[in-house]
Amino acid sequence: MLPERPITPSTLSRKDLPWQIKWDINTCTKCGRCTSVCPVNAIELGVFRKRDVKPPMGLNAKPTTEFFTYYGIRQRTDPAYACIGCAMCNMVCPNNAIEPNRQYDSTTLQFQNNRGGQPRTRGGRRNNSESLLDQIKFIRISMLTDPALDAGRHEFDVRTLLGRVLSPEAEIKCFRENGWKPPVREIYPLVIGGMSFGALSPNMWEGLQMGVAYLNEEMNMPVRMCTGEGGCPPRLLRSRFLKYVILQIASGYFGWDEIIHAIPEMKEDPCAIEIKYGQGAKPGDGGLLMWYKVNKLIAAIRGVPKGVSLPSPPTHQTKYSIEEAVAKMIQSMSMAWGFRVPVYPKISASSTSLAVLNNLVRNPYAAGLAIDGEDGGTGAAYNVSMNHMGHPIASNLRDCYKALCVAGAQNEIPLIAGGGIGKHGNLAANAAALIMLGASMVQIGKYVMQAAAGCLGSEKDRCNVCNIGVCPKGITSQDPRVYRRLDPEKVAERVVDFYLSFDTELRKVFAPLGRSTSLPVGMSDALGISDKDAADRLDIKYVI
Amino acid sequence: MCRLFALTSRDPVSPMRAIDALNVMKEGHDGSGVGLFLSGLGGPWEELKEYPILSGIFTDEGLSRMSDYMTKNGFQPKYSATFTPDVEPPGGTPRRGTYASIAFKIPDGWKGMAEDQVSRNLVQMRLNLRAMGEESGDIMVFSFWPDTIMIKEVGDPLAIADYLKLDREELQARHILAQGRQNTNYAINLYACHPFFIEGISTMTNGENTAFVPIREYLMSRGVTGYQGYQSDSEVFTHIAHYATKRLGLDISAYKHVITPMNDDEMRDHPDREFLSDLKRACRKLIIDGPNCVIGCLPDGSMFMAQDRKKFRPGVVGGNPELGIYGFSSEICGLNAAIPDRDRTKDFQPMHLDTAIVGPDCREVLQCSQKDPLRPQL
Repeated sequence: MLPERPITPSTLSRKDLPWQIKWDINTCTKCGRCTSVCPVNAIELGVFRKRDVKPPMGLNAKPTTEFFTYYGIRQRTDPAYACIGCAMCNMVCPNNAIEPNRQYDSTTLQFQNNRGGQPRTRGGRRNNSESLLDQIKFIRISMLTDPALDAGRHEFDVRTLLGRVLSPEAEIKCFRENGWKPPVREIYPLVIGGMSFGALSPNMWEGLQMGVAYLNEEMNMPVRMCTGEGGCPPRLLRSRFLKYVILQIASGYFGWDEIIHAIPEMKEDPCAIEIKYGQGAKPGDGGLLMWYKVNKLIAAIRGVPKGVSLPSPPTHQTKYSIEEAVAKMIQSMSMAWGFRVPVYPKISASSTSLAVLNNLVRNPYAAGLAIDGEDGGTGAAYNVSMNHMGHPIASNLRDCYKALCVAGAQNEIPLIAGGGIGKHGNLAANAAALIMLGASMVQIGKYVMQAAAGCLGSEKDRCNVCNIGVCPKGITSQDPRVYRRLDPEKVAERVVDFYLSFDTELRKVFAPLGRSTSLPVGMSDALGISDKDAADRLDIKYVI
Repeated sequence: MCRLFALTSRDPVSPMRAIDALNVMKEGHDGSGVGLFLSGLGGPWEELKEYPILSGIFTDEGLSRMSDYMTKNGFQPKYSATFTPDVEPPGGTPRRGTYASIAFKIPDGWKGMAEDQVSRNLVQMRLNLRAMGEESGDIMVFSFWPDTIMIKEVGDPLAIADYLKLDREELQARHILAQGRQNTNYAINLYACHPFFIEGISTMTNGENTAFVPIREYLMSRGVTGYQGYQSDSEVFTHIAHYATKRLGLDISAYKHVITPMNDDEMRDHPDREFLSDLKRACRKLIIDGPNCVIGCLPDGSMFMAQDRKKFRPGVVGGNPELGIYGFSSEICGLNAAIPDRDRTKDFQPMHLDTAIVGPDCREVLQCSQKDPLRPQL
């Protein structure tokens, strides 16, 4: 250590960083790709000076000292440049000479990553790898009285309804009297949740849209994608593909002008309108698109200046209460499309979910309720919000479904569950569990990024820099130098791949349960869990 | 798998004809119980069509408690057919007491009451009696409805028939549903024994209703008196039939559109496409996933058979229009045993879109396909 090297309270050694770069001098070709690709500049080319003492044979000659320099890779220890473990360096290295290693015993950075008085914000999901959904098992498998179905060959109808469904009595009355019927869409139960044009890079967005269009038009799977707040590219708004899109409006109303202006020229109605009141990862907090990502295109679509942070307030500022907001916004959004488009709110799973649901049940225009659990990923949230706030989705959804059962409205208001689905890759099992707990459909965000674009983020705080526009894979960056790494065609291919495999897996779950002609919404007798408290809370079977 | 047999006839016949058919079909572990639904009663009941009949099993204590309850509510017994076995019951069958079917004269206060209200009151009284007996087991009530007798017991159908002397003349009926097994799914309970009954509608089913829990939850939330109990996964079929016909006012040919709606391709060219797709959405919670064969009887004496969409369960309808007798059977051997003199080429095995209906006149099997236009009903 140099004698003048400063040692301050925030000085860290390599050992203090959660990710450490292992670099092999012998295999390194010194091509420099690793340092140029590193999204957070955690590594830099270094010039190292080394002394070599050469003692000669014999006693007469004195030892000589030679100094030489060589070039290598240096990991920076400044907390602002801490390695995020994305391993892009390894991906570009021709010889595997470099890779990050996780140090699970070093927690020091946690005490240092709020410099300047700013708590840490990040993208990704909470730093908790547990998943209750993964513990749920499907136990009601027909073995004796009922031959199990052949998942590969039997006829299946894996579709769900989005929109207010009338009760049988009301439906018949409506038919008889030729009355107004709320719009209902028959869609695939796995929806790509709200990730905005702005949060995602243009290439990622385009890839997802292409994948969704292909699934609809070639594979006969009515998959829908939500835009997230932030508008929609004008060409898409005026295209026939709009019917595969759920447009979201949130408290910032970003991009909404663009949508309103396009209404007269729309060839198709959108699939639905989602009004975002809350999100799972930061309940009670607004969305935030940080200035890094607000480039010219995003600024134009959202109607804001370039390079400024865009926070959506936590609540709808123009509304006095949730009752009023639900009633007024749903009605005005419905009115914008002549009551032909389902409109539903999205809320964070919380202790007030039931109150919101209660309002919706009595609102004839409400088309559903999306509930986002605590595991929902997000663009930019404070660490403390993401890790410590919110309600897990399973019990919240179950409460809501049971409340619908009591009201006799369980077929009328579809519940859309999100947050932590497929966290460990078990997408179909998690989705099926939620459907059987009462969800009419589920929505995914992070999984799509991981499966379709190779998002590197994990629940162990790997990467998770989606918010600052340096996404190493180009998924959430608005910098063309970064997002051109992502090929939209390949993203679309992967979207189709994982949807088809999800479909197969879902059938493999439903078929042994004997379900094929309707989605087993609320089929809670099929579920078991080895945690007694969880079993009691969810009102499912306790199995060990 | 449960064996089902139903008979509908112009003239009253003995339930033994159905029991014998069950016996012919018996296989494996069948015969763990028997349930009988009789309507269109003959013999002494012919003159008592207007009087609700209480069917159940009572201990001496239960009989007196029931009698007190009925008297308190203003009901006077008009005629009763009770039977108290004096021999040892067959192995596995408990000794329970008196098997009674008692016709009551409804109180004067009920005169002029709306038909719906009368129905609801009768159901409520049945449920009250059932609840009264639930703790001590001294009262078990299966039905309380005019022109209807129900008998249920555990044990082999033929042995039970002999034990309960089911060949008595007072048990002859025009419409008979019989099932030869206890329920296989969920806990064993005498109330869980098929057929099930509510307000003149009775159905029985074989197979497993995999959608039981969501359907049960949905029905229970409909606010209809009588949608409760659910000791068997198949009890919901009766209530769906009740809901579709009485609450929604649909024809029985639409029952199949509720429990097993057509898929989009099949519905595409249907003249009633718009209504059917709305119905499918509204009644989505009532879609059964089977596999089931449902046989049922309606208040007017019509009998029907429908299958789930996969048609994993067999079912056959056949009979003789000249004799005015038709059988609905889960196995063809049962039909052969019960109605040997029929034109077998006219036997009808409903497929996944069909409902077979035989009207009270017992003249023909009406074959309704879901692809056919709906009968006018709205």
